[in-house]
Amino acid sequence: MFAFKRTAVQLAKAKLHRYTHTLALLETNGAKLTPGSLSTITAAKAINKPITALLVGPDAKEAASEVATFAGIDKVLIQSDERYAHYLPEQVSPLVVSLLKDEYTSFVVPASSVGKGVLPRAAALLDFQPLSDVTKVIDSATFVRPTYAGNAILTVKSTDPIVMTSIRSSAFPPAEEKRSDAAPVEEIAPVEEIAPVDTDCKTVWVREELMKSDKPDLASAKIVVSGGRALKDKTTFEKLLNPLAEKLGAAIGASRAAVDAGYCDNSLQVGQTGKIIAPDLYIGIGISGAIQHLAGMKDSRVIVAINKDEEAPIFKVADVGIVGDIYEIVPELTEKL
Amino acid sequence: MSTKIKILVPVKRVIDAALKPRINKAKNGVETVGVKYSINPFDDIAVEEACKMKKTYKGMVEAVHAVSIGPSKAQETLRTALAKGVDTSTLVDVGDEEVEPLVVSKILKELVEREGSNLVVLGKQAIDDDSNQVGQMLAGLLGWSQATNAAKISIGKDGVVEVEREIDGGIEVVKAPLPMVISTDLRLNEPKFVTLPKMMKAKKKPLEIIKADDLKVEIKKRLETISLEEPAPRKAGVIVKDVDELISKLKDLKAI
Repeated sequence: MFAFKRTAVQLAKAKLHRYTHTLALLETNGAKLTPGSLSTITAAKAINKPITALLVGPDAKEAASEVATFAGIDKVLIQSDERYAHYLPEQVSPLVVSLLKDEYTSFVVPASSVGKGVLPRAAALLDFQPLSDVTKVIDSATFVRPTYAGNAILTVKSTDPIVMTSIRSSAFPPAEEKRSDAAPVEEIAPVEEIAPVDTDCKTVWVREELMKSDKPDLASAKIVVSGGRALKDKTTFEKLLNPLAEKLGAAIGASRAAVDAGYCDNSLQVGQTGKIIAPDLYIGIGISGAIQHLAGMKDSRVIVAINKDEEAPIFKVADVGIVGDIYEIVPELTEKL
Repeated sequence: MSTKIKILVPVKRVIDAALKPRINKAKNGVETVGVKYSINPFDDIAVEEACKMKKTYKGMVEAVHAVSIGPSKAQETLRTALAKGVDTSTLVDVGDEEVEPLVVSKILKELVEREGSNLVVLGKQAIDDDSNQVGQMLAGLLGWSQATNAAKISIGKDGVVEVEREIDGGIEVVKAPLPMVISTDLRLNEPKFVTLPKMMKAKKKPLEIIKADDLKVEIKKRLETISLEEPAPRKAGVIVKDVDELISKLKDLKAI
């Protein structure tokens, strides 16, 4: 009896020692990884264990060959079943759970709509407490994440055997480094199929309406021009912001007030409840700077505020501020750039 | 649809959204003394939506039950929900200790089963820990469908719920038969203020107080707080007087 127990413990230990991989659920848009997924690879590398990338949906196969060439990626798993086409958490979570059961000690997803839907569901099925919106990796169990709308920075250590995290894309640069050509051919990641998993949930995807835009993606843009309540209406918003954004090759963002007033689509909202961004340059136009908005942009490298109210809280975080009429300043700035 | 809809609305008592929280001296939490608390704004939207459903789907929705897991002061949060039109409520008194989302989900699962709920409507995230997890975890534990970040909810005569969800880049529509967990986004509705007479009436509505032990859920922490700190302050900026100066400053900063 005693001997048997020892063997079991030794076996368990051997297994733990052997299986210390990170599973990264990466999202694709067509055959390309999303910008959030590229940042997730960077975060996964910081965990410092071999990374297995998981790609699901009809585009998985096409995306796999590129994913396999990223430095740090040890293996790529693809599951191209049609059922994963829209990343329904009811379908994706059981798949993640079935994979996590034996091989991994870390799991990462981008903190995107998809990641936020899947991560907690999968974690609950495994009885683990996940960590949302990680902005820094300390070690494989210890992470930094903002709380209270970014007003408090929490360093937290997980005691779960598999540490499950979602990665805030603005906090990690997108992965660029590819595997060296000099590496032996065997090292190129094997791509293998895994069996689909059934669930009882009868959730059906009906349709989506994505905002069409020829501008850079808000979440990953280098420059963001953002408008607030002071823009008066949709026409003014577009007339004032579009030329400036075009000149700078910038994405357009908005405060919640502007979105609620119907000046622009809600997918442009920057803040605690919208997108969290950290571009090189953020220009806030007619935005007062409520804490909920600041939570979404205060990690930008350079912040410019244009506002007629010199008491506006946005001037407290702005590197460069200009007090005055946005209808005079913005066209002049557009012209002189 | 033969079975009636019984809605459960979890609500959380949080530091008021307009306040900037201060880190305590021990650097393991925020100052709580003398701070104004309110219902989590997303939960306020959830309460509003549940009460709206009761009116819109008269005869289909049987009852709305609110739940809060927190200190005994969370009774105030439940009273607010009752004043907004919720029928009955339960406080799971866990003291002042912050309870992790996994445990909250387990407690909610027990309450869903006890109340016979088949629809849970809750906020997409609490504005204190910003986790955005409980709805999804609860759906997972129950094996129910989930629709997070709801911007519009409609229930068909056949009991199939269609939800418009806010996603990166736009809107997605999903549908599922009950039972289901739905988390609310900001644009779902605009919660109304509570009037004093309604607040008075709410004092007579049922508010049951129980402990996590009564539901046989163990409160155990999986996460250990190493530190809680203020974010690094940004360097003081400059105010420029005109556009030319703005442009030259941006060039100095290599921003353009």
